[in-house]
Amino acid sequence: MNPVNYLYLAALLFTIGAAGVLVRRNAIVLFMCVELMLNASNLALVTFSRLHGNLDGQILAFFTMVVAAAEVVVGLAIIVSIFRTRHSASVDDSNLMKL
Amino acid sequence: MNSLIPLLVAAPLAGAALLLLGGRVLDRFGHWLGTLAAALSFAFGLVLFFDMLGRPADDRAVHVKLFSWIPVAGFRADAAFQLDQLSITFVLLITGVGTLIHLYSVGYMAHDERRRRFFGYLNLFLAAMLILVLADNYLLLYVGWEGVGLASYLLIGFWQHKPSAATAAKKAFLVNRVGDVGLSIAIMLMFTQFGDFSFAGVFENAPQASQGKLTAIGLMLLLAACGKSAQVPLQSWLGDAMEGPTPVSALIHAATMVTAGVYLITRSHAVFDLAPDAQTAVVCVGAVTLIFGAVVGCAKDDIKKALAGSTMSQIGYMVLAAGLGPIGYVFAIMHLVTHGFFKAGLFLGAGSVMHGMDDEVNMRHYGGLRKYMPITFVTFALGYLAIIGFPFLSGYFSKDKIIEAAFAKGGTEGWILGLVTLVGAAVTAFYMTRVMLLTFFGQKRWRPTADTSGSAAGEERMPHPHESPASMTVPMILLAFGSVFAGGLFTLNSSFLRWLEPVTGHSEGHSPLPSGVVTGLTIACMLAGVGVSYLMYGRGEVPVVPPIGSPLTRAARRDLLQDDFNHAVLVRPGSALAAALVYFDIKGLDGFVNGLAATIGGVSSRLRRVQNGYVRSYALSMFGGTLVLVATTLLMRSA
Amino acid sequence: MSALLTATCAVPAAGAVLTAALPAGSSESRRRATKAVALTVSAATLALAGLVAAQFKTGGPRYQLTEQHAWIRSFGISFSLGVDGIGAVLLLLTAVLVPLVMLASWHDPTPGTGDSVTGAPAPEGQTFESKRRTQAFFALILAVEAMVIVSFLATDVFLFYVFFEAMLIPLYFLIGGFGDRAGGPESDRQRSYAAVKFLLYNLLGGLVMLAAVIGLYVVAQGQGFGTFDLQTLTGAIADGKLVINTNAERALFLGFFFAFAVKAPLWPLHTWLPNAMGEATAGTAVLITAVVDKVGTFAMLRFCLGLFPDASRFFAPAILVLSVIGIVYGALLAVGQKDIKRLVAYASISHFGFIILGIFAMTSQGQSGATLYMVNHGISTALLMLVAGFLISRRGSRLIADFGGVQKVAPVLAGTFLVGGLATLSLPGLAPFVSEFLVLVGTFTRYPALGIVATLGIVLAALYVLVLYQRTMTGPVKPQVAGMADLKARELLVAVPLIALTLVFGVYPKPLTDLVNPAVADTLSQVHKTDPAPAHPVAVPAGGETK
Repeated sequence: MNPVNYLYLAALLFTIGAAGVLVRRNAIVLFMCVELMLNASNLALVTFSRLHGNLDGQILAFFTMVVAAAEVVVGLAIIVSIFRTRHSASVDDSNLMKL
Repeated sequence: MNSLIPLLVAAPLAGAALLLLGGRVLDRFGHWLGTLAAALSFAFGLVLFFDMLGRPADDRAVHVKLFSWIPVAGFRADAAFQLDQLSITFVLLITGVGTLIHLYSVGYMAHDERRRRFFGYLNLFLAAMLILVLADNYLLLYVGWEGVGLASYLLIGFWQHKPSAATAAKKAFLVNRVGDVGLSIAIMLMFTQFGDFSFAGVFENAPQASQGKLTAIGLMLLLAACGKSAQVPLQSWLGDAMEGPTPVSALIHAATMVTAGVYLITRSHAVFDLAPDAQTAVVCVGAVTLIFGAVVGCAKDDIKKALAGSTMSQIGYMVLAAGLGPIGYVFAIMHLVTHGFFKAGLFLGAGSVMHGMDDEVNMRHYGGLRKYMPITFVTFALGYLAIIGFPFLSGYFSKDKIIEAAFAKGGTEGWILGLVTLVGAAVTAFYMTRVMLLTFFGQKRWRPTADTSGSAAGEERMPHPHESPASMTVPMILLAFGSVFAGGLFTLNSSFLRWLEPVTGHSEGHSPLPSGVVTGLTIACMLAGVGVSYLMYGRGEVPVVPPIGSPLTRAARRDLLQDDFNHAVLVRPGSALAAALVYFDIKGLDGFVNGLAATIGGVSSRLRRVQNGYVRSYALSMFGGTLVLVATTLLMRSA
Repeated sequence: MSALLTATCAVPAAGAVLTAALPAGSSESRRRATKAVALTVSAATLALAGLVAAQFKTGGPRYQLTEQHAWIRSFGISFSLGVDGIGAVLLLLTAVLVPLVMLASWHDPTPGTGDSVTGAPAPEGQTFESKRRTQAFFALILAVEAMVIVSFLATDVFLFYVFFEAMLIPLYFLIGGFGDRAGGPESDRQRSYAAVKFLLYNLLGGLVMLAAVIGLYVVAQGQGFGTFDLQTLTGAIADGKLVINTNAERALFLGFFFAFAVKAPLWPLHTWLPNAMGEATAGTAVLITAVVDKVGTFAMLRFCLGLFPDASRFFAPAILVLSVIGIVYGALLAVGQKDIKRLVAYASISHFGFIILGIFAMTSQGQSGATLYMVNHGISTALLMLVAGFLISRRGSRLIADFGGVQKVAPVLAGTFLVGGLATLSLPGLAPFVSEFLVLVGTFTRYPALGIVATLGIVLAALYVLVLYQRTMTGPVKPQVAGMADLKARELLVAVPLIALTLVFGVYPKPLTDLVNPAVADTLSQVHKTDPAPAHPVAVPAGGETK
């Protein structure tokens, strides 16, 4: 199978994720969309690695996974504590930082 | 002996410092201290004068350097005095008349609670005036020049609680400042031309400079002289200056300070002799002022303002004479000295009359005073005869010489100037006779005045004219002696001419008329003026309320519309400009800056709205940004 | 290498810290102790400044008593001080004025007392809650003094820049935090506007200068002069070892000049000054116009001319025109003012025009005159402004129209005010005349037309001073003025030294000119200018000046 098809798939997944971030308000869903984007880029990286015949892309994918894991830990903690205080998981309700 | 020269200045300067800083302790005897300082200076002047007489004519000038004043590279200004025949003449006039007027003021200002300060200012004036005439360079002269301006300002405004006095003082200083600018530009021109502004340096090198530069220097000096000596077009302050106490008018605004312009021109003769155009300007200014002042003097009902007009006119004579060049310098100074005597005497007489008439100045409210104030009457009359040029009194000799010199100028110019001076003599006789008749002759036209003394303040009472105390009459008598004899003394053997000639130079002109004819014409003009005046004011009733009069009379009462002119041409546009600039500064310059700040603030608050706090809009802008970046990168690569 | 100069800077700096750290409290004794400490420190600074002037040898090298301590080696920045004749007279001016300003401002920061003379309570709605106001006020003054002194002594461009900028901070608080309470209900808002305006204007100038300072380093480093040391740089420029290309030099010159022109201030960058001087206390106003602004003109003379001689010559005509506009414009605006302090501010703008005119006329007379002008303007404006401050605190108003007839009730106050006014209008015999005439002559020899236009300033000065005096001091006594007290001993102690100085330097300015002349001669040689020779020179007697 032509490896370029994986790239189309990665782009599709990324677009779905991005659209999700832009239109959804639920923090958990938002979070999942972010993860989707990250994984889409992972897929692209691995595909490039295969296309170019070196391991750089795969190594970068590992980095991404580590960062994504760390992000999930911190992000979920924040979302949970916000939900506890405000009884809502909508990101639009947390707009106190604006001027 | 030369060490006495700085003491001439130091005595009144110390007096001024003591009186102005001394405090109330000095209130009781401060006036005598001031008089003593003036007298001391006069004594030093006499000693120096006799010392000078003892030396041959070409060895009379002495020079004392005190210290280096402003040394900056090529700019060397020294505090140095130069005493020659011209300066000692002024020194004696200033300190002599000055001492007499100090004495007079002891009586005149007896009831003023600020008398001590008055004497402090008078001493300050003497010191500044002496610096003016003793300076050996133009910059030090400038110090004296503005110093007398300051003293004049302080003394005109001595009664500061009167707004009119304060305004007059300010006006005098301002008009003088305009003249002073002329002096400072002249000094700057001298410095660029000669690298020096000492009398010796400038006069020695003047022949090397171009005619144009010399004319410029001369015109600037003339501007300075116009300011100080109240010559057209800077004459407007002198009439208002009569707001000051009368001794001040006598000393500063008649006898000494206002003649400083004549001193300046005579002193700078080396420049003027080489700049005929500047000389022509001097003569024109003198001639115009001569008539101008005389016309104003004819119309004024205020005795001091009438005398002020006369002062202007007489100084016009002097300036005219000084503008004639070597044929006139000596006579300008001679008229200056005799004028110092008789005009100071006239002013003191006027002060004495005011003293007796409860400070009334309107001559239409005088009349018949000769019986009540005999000494004042006699001394005033002698001064009167001197000023109109009655034969063999001081004014006769000095004015006659000027008229002769004017004719001797030669050509059409000579005829014009001669006629102007003759007309001036006639008008002088007219207005002085008018003053005389209105004040001392005719019927009593006294009016009650508001009583400011004693318990009945505010109540009106009739004046009780009385003769003034001895401290006032003695100076008047002494000045009357000067008015009578000075001219004769100076003319005898041409003593004054021989005295001043080494400094100013002298040449005889060629008069188209024999000297006797000129003298005859002068006397005829004088008699005509007296006669007309007698016909108008000597017979019959003088109206207490002035008649409306001809347009010329009305204009003359308003100083020939000088103030209206200044107001329309300078004051009003000036204050409009200032107001416009204030507006421009706030709305224009500051408005621009504030507008810039407001614009930045406005843009920022617009931009702030983008920060709406919604995560997704931030994410959108990130996406947008990324897209733009990627698109640009791709486009760049493909291009 | 003596540490005298460092000590002169360090004493007021340490004094500022000490004063700020003194125990707070609103009791009168605490406040008095604070003031006594601050005054003692400023007196000690004056003594040190006197010592500097005494040790300065007029015949010696331009910079003396030099010190150098490494600071940031990698960029060639050092803490180096040195004094030349121009710096010495300005150091003395600062050291003399600060104690007098303190004495004059004795009661200005007192919390809650309201009128400093009558002791009337503070107006409704104004609370002076801070118990540290007195400490803060005097500490800030000392801080300004320390920074100004460093600026006058610094011979390192970067060091100068740091302190040139840093002095804005204490001044901002002085303007914004302490007013004369005479501006009515709008007072507080006006004052904070003035403080912010002052800060923004000067920060903008400083920012541009910072760019130019860095630019200068980059250019110099490229040619092997990786240093900020002023003497090294000017020496290299004068010898032709360091050549900056024409456009770069002009840009760098403008960068420096812009900052100095804002501070000086030169027309049309002046509009912050009337606000700042009007709203601050009289003491702060004196500090701004008589001391701090002098750093601007001083720096033009030392940095602009020394570092960028060709660009200075290139821009001189334009700058001269701006100065002359400033002279006439400032004077005309002073005529149109209704507020005493703003009037003095515009008069100062006119006088700064004269100073800058003298500097860029590039003649000995002009530059010596400009330097003397800085000193004399400091003294005369301090006199006029401080006495005006006494007057305003008595009446509680700054408006000229609220006064009248003061001469009758307070003759000594009126007398000192008149002397201050006469000094401002440059009456011969008083110090400002000497400097003003030198500037005019110095300008006239090279640019006659500008010299003549500048003389307009003389006439207008007489106008605004005398109108001010007439309206406030003469005429009938206004009812509100009737009970006005004359000057007290403390106030006389402020006025008398200033009057004495104007008189002494008016009659005998030689000590000052002797200090200044060699430094000016050096500056002129840096810009390769010589005085225009007179057309028909008079033969100088043997011995020249010493005859």
